[in-house]
Amino acid sequence: MKQAVSFFDVWKIRQDFPILSENVGGKPLVYFDNAASSQVPKVVIERISKYLSQEHANIHRGVHYLSQKATNSYEAARERVKRFINARDPSECIFVRGCTEAINLVAYSFGKAFIQEGDEILITQMEHHANLVPWQVVAEERKAKLKIIPMNENGELILEEYESLLSERTKIIAITHVSNALGTINPIKEMIKIAHKFNIPVCVDGAQAVPHLKVDVQDLDADFYAFSGHKVFAPTGIGVLYGKKEWLEKMPPYQTGGGMIRRVTFEKTKYAAIPEKFEAGTPPIMPAIGLGAAIDYLDSIDFNAACEYEKELLEYATKSLCEIEGVRIIGNAREKASVISFVIDGIHPHDIGTILDKYGIAIRAGHHCAQPVMDFYNVPATARVSLAFYNTKEEIDKLVEAVKKTIEIFS
Amino acid sequence: MSELNELYQQVILDHNKNPRNFREIENADRTAEGNNPLCGDQLKLYLRLNGEIIEDISFIGSGCAISKASASMMTQAVKGKSIKEAEKLFEEFHKMVTGKMDVEVEENHLGKLKVFAGVLEFPARVKCASLSWHTLRAALNNEKTASTE
Repeated sequence: MKQAVSFFDVWKIRQDFPILSENVGGKPLVYFDNAASSQVPKVVIERISKYLSQEHANIHRGVHYLSQKATNSYEAARERVKRFINARDPSECIFVRGCTEAINLVAYSFGKAFIQEGDEILITQMEHHANLVPWQVVAEERKAKLKIIPMNENGELILEEYESLLSERTKIIAITHVSNALGTINPIKEMIKIAHKFNIPVCVDGAQAVPHLKVDVQDLDADFYAFSGHKVFAPTGIGVLYGKKEWLEKMPPYQTGGGMIRRVTFEKTKYAAIPEKFEAGTPPIMPAIGLGAAIDYLDSIDFNAACEYEKELLEYATKSLCEIEGVRIIGNAREKASVISFVIDGIHPHDIGTILDKYGIAIRAGHHCAQPVMDFYNVPATARVSLAFYNTKEEIDKLVEAVKKTIEIFS
Repeated sequence: MSELNELYQQVILDHNKNPRNFREIENADRTAEGNNPLCGDQLKLYLRLNGEIIEDISFIGSGCAISKASASMMTQAVKGKSIKEAEKLFEEFHKMVTGKMDVEVEENHLGKLKVFAGVLEFPARVKCASLSWHTLRAALNNEKTASTE
């Protein structure tokens, strides 16, 4: 039977994102920096505007109408997040500022409770600094050892080495789901299964995965899963830490203060249950509601078709860039999300970025907060094109033209 | 694309491809390292002084065309000058790339360095152009590192 291919109307989708019809420097915007921050659909902007104009108040505190309304909206957003990643319970979804804070929370709190001198923490060679530095700090503080799962030239983790690094000393494993610098999709379901054979919990950095893949934390059996709102069509200032209840309940608070207590006296404080235990202070209410609206938006489009379309774009962009003489793609994993890092002989990525910008094309040039990855490939930086489902083949053609012009300028 | 031509002038592209004074100096009197953590640009500067005169100056490192060409032209500009003159040039260069001086109107000693006036249109690249100058100042002040963060 022939599989039905659902039609993805990118031109209709583009209408949902006001910024995509903006000009930059007199040229139509070509936005290829989605791995840094994705753009925000109109429905999210409108939802935020409605909240600020009609519902804004502090949550969980007032008995008044607005506070109740804001609380409801905030908790409804948590419910949406729960559905989005298929958590068992909304209380397992903690709102934080972003993916970085989510990982810092786990590193600090899990570290304090479970990591001791001589223990080992396992991360991978392709981690973003956000899933590296917090573990480095914890390792230093707890006198534990940080061990690295290596990767091959293609930018794929070497799984045989991974297994051999596991021991009873390993207390936690932190892995990125999708590499922000290389685009590699790691086989985390398989890796979690292996870790669980040794009863080791796994913390997944999902920042680059949620915009491109359907994530199901129960299916993955992840112990912790972190992501940012602003990479998945929501505003900045909101992120999510999913954690299995059995872990979160055993972990001490990350920050303390208002909103996370049950009873305070000068002698002793009893903490609230999860998720409040980990949400000290007034949380980012407006961005959380924005994230809820972004999830609603993703529910309203055919996300599977969007993912298929993105794959097509990735193939087209990879092929088009490879055909340009002097362009070399960094990261050629078999399983990739729509992130393409490349370098051009004799031209620094920053010069590429500046020239492309003059053509209205926004890319990222730099080390992508993954300096060990740059060291591995012996490059100071790369140019990175990261796609979203609202990008088009026409935009990729413009990129190719601008890259050719760049080479011409430097020839 | 006049702004692009303004930024990537032939002289800048030439200095990027064939940087001048691109070497180490053995027994240098002063050295300093410059880092642009945002870009990953890094350079090491070597100075040999004869009293108040910068007798020899060189650099090594990696970076974008703007930072490399700027370092190359900076070494040419200050070689043989006094420390005071070099500091004056730093000030003028800094004013130019941050838009505090119109080099076509106000009197200055920048000469060839005026090609970097185009950087003004590219705020993200001002740091690239000024990295070597900050490193020079660090070296003259006997500091080991300069950062444009």
